[in-house]
Amino acid sequence: MRSCLLALILALIVPGVALAQQNDNHAPEIAHQSWSFSPPFGTFDDAQLQRGFEVYRQVCSNCHSMRLLSYRNLGEPGGPEFPPKKVEEIASQVQVTDGPNDKGEMFQRPARPSDHFRSPFANEQQARNANNGALPPDLSVMAKAREGGPDYIYAILTGYTDPPQGFQLAPGMHYNKAFPGHQLAMPPPLSDGVVTYTDGTKPTLDNTARDVAAYLMWAAEPKLEERHKTGARVMIYLIAFAVIMYLAKRAVWARLQDRDATHTA
Amino acid sequence: MAHPSTYKPGSRFEAWLDARLPVARVVHDQLLAFPTPRNLNYWWTFGGILAFMLGVQIATGIVLAMHYVPTADGAFDSVEKIMRDVNWGWLLRYTHAVGASMFFLAVYIHTFRGLYYGSYKAPREVIWILGVLILLLMIATAFMGYSLVWGQMSFWAVTVITNLFSSLDMVIPELGTTLVQWIWGGFSVGAPTLNRLYSLHYLLPFIIAGVVVLHIWALHIPGNNNPAGIEVKTARDVVPFHPYYTIKDGFALVTFVLLFAALVFYAPNLLGHPDNYIPANPLQTPPHIVPEWYFLPFYAILRAIPNKLLGVIALFSSIAILFFVPWLDTSKVRSTRYRPIYKWFFWAFVVTCIVLGYFGSQPPEGWYLVFGRICTFYYFAFFLVALPGVGLIERPRALPGSITESALGPDAERAVEAKTPPNPPARARAREEVL
Repeated sequence: MRSCLLALILALIVPGVALAQQNDNHAPEIAHQSWSFSPPFGTFDDAQLQRGFEVYRQVCSNCHSMRLLSYRNLGEPGGPEFPPKKVEEIASQVQVTDGPNDKGEMFQRPARPSDHFRSPFANEQQARNANNGALPPDLSVMAKAREGGPDYIYAILTGYTDPPQGFQLAPGMHYNKAFPGHQLAMPPPLSDGVVTYTDGTKPTLDNTARDVAAYLMWAAEPKLEERHKTGARVMIYLIAFAVIMYLAKRAVWARLQDRDATHTA
Repeated sequence: MAHPSTYKPGSRFEAWLDARLPVARVVHDQLLAFPTPRNLNYWWTFGGILAFMLGVQIATGIVLAMHYVPTADGAFDSVEKIMRDVNWGWLLRYTHAVGASMFFLAVYIHTFRGLYYGSYKAPREVIWILGVLILLLMIATAFMGYSLVWGQMSFWAVTVITNLFSSLDMVIPELGTTLVQWIWGGFSVGAPTLNRLYSLHYLLPFIIAGVVVLHIWALHIPGNNNPAGIEVKTARDVVPFHPYYTIKDGFALVTFVLLFAALVFYAPNLLGHPDNYIPANPLQTPPHIVPEWYFLPFYAILRAIPNKLLGVIALFSSIAILFFVPWLDTSKVRSTRYRPIYKWFFWAFVVTCIVLGYFGSQPPEGWYLVFGRICTFYYFAFFLVALPGVGLIERPRALPGSITESALGPDAERAVEAKTPPNPPARARAREEVL
């Protein structure tokens, strides 16, 4: 049995070593960042999410939709937790199309917390037309739709550099060391001071990138805090249950020794 | 069933009911008193775990279906609505999604256990065949369930797998194309395809449940195999299923659920693919289309064969060959414990399956393809050469005299034999003595 396990491990390693060399054409390495929401006990930093939302509102939302979110989500537990008044204020600053009214016409009105985030473009064609043919993807679940999640988002936002010598950059494209293929249609969206923060945090490139990545993680996984909290309770319960079951199993099987003893005697 | 009933109605009502619908008798004989070999190890607990997982998948699935919208436009958003706006929706969905992985983890362990201990050998061939049938139904159900998310991977997995049938064009021109269009309900994967996959995804688990009943029924005729692979001889060799195995299976189940919960609560997307959080887009093919981890070995076999039709045949054969295992194995001995040569082939097969899974996740080119082909060759050679061949040339190690000896060691058995006359090898007699 032991020698079999050894053979198993060896057999797994040998082709692995042989194949390790051909892995170079894949996506670039995404550096791992430390996040407040990492499992198993992590929670979102409300102030960070509020700043991240500011980055989204002031910068990203000019091109990127977040159609799965509603303004009310900004005030819900486990998120940025803006106070209710602030959520109404944020919503009311946006004009959304409603209707038809009694005359059968569509009309504009200030958004309410129950409205979905307004998308910057009416449809895909309009979005492409405004962006040099490229479609800015919806960001609602972006933090789960890319390998690396928030690490990837942070890496992209801070990954703009000059292309290396001899790199053929297509017209209208931007070199990004974290993006697969390194050619990205999105121009560098963030830089030092591009956003105004009200809580005293310095709006550096690093801070804004980190904050918006955390915000997008919350947007993709709004029940993360509830999940971690419930998980802790479930795990404690199950571990205690497993210990009890193990002891009960030992006690029950101990009866077998008595049975064997009576047979023997 | 196979053993005489020991049920005694405790009251006049129970006697009245027993004469009309002996449900209490069945529970007593098959669940409580059922004589079970005393030496079953923890690899045997996965049968109960699998029954539990089927229950979890059906229970969570029924509630998810109450909120899911099976249309091409609504599917992806309705899944996200479940995650965001349905009470405990995130828990239901993650439990169901991770549950599929845990279900397959358990079924693969269960299958390898059957293979290692020769549980498919006479008189248990029908149990094994029904098990393979369940595996086949599980594969179909999981594939359809994955498609319902209607993300990029869902959509393109359906496209790739349904297109396999078009290879039949190489047999009869137009046959494959016609069949594929019939499956799709159109000229490409679209709304009608999603609707029918949803309908079948809801139906198949209940068919699985039906086959599971037959699987357990067939098990309860000869009774369990055991790690020693020898028959029950005396009353000492068996214990009543309850409480001995209810408690042992229960402990194993709680431990298994611990792992399950760790994934659900702390890494729910670990086993999934990020691309499936991108809504399905028929105009954009993902760079690498890969199935869920539990299909990767089969995917590697499919892609190892350069000819499309032969690749599809290899894919289906890789599972179909399992049906013939009871007759491919020529060994007189069940348990691999006592098979010094075969055990090497067995473990090489386990490694092959794992390595094939890795190759299935990589692009089919260069060394991946070469090693993938070697592994595919061994996958089939194991069943067609090693299984029949080794049994003919191998000299098995000495089997223990009894299950009790296997469990307690030869000394304990000798101590008993000295004092009690040997019993005839009749399980029916054995269980009467137990109770």
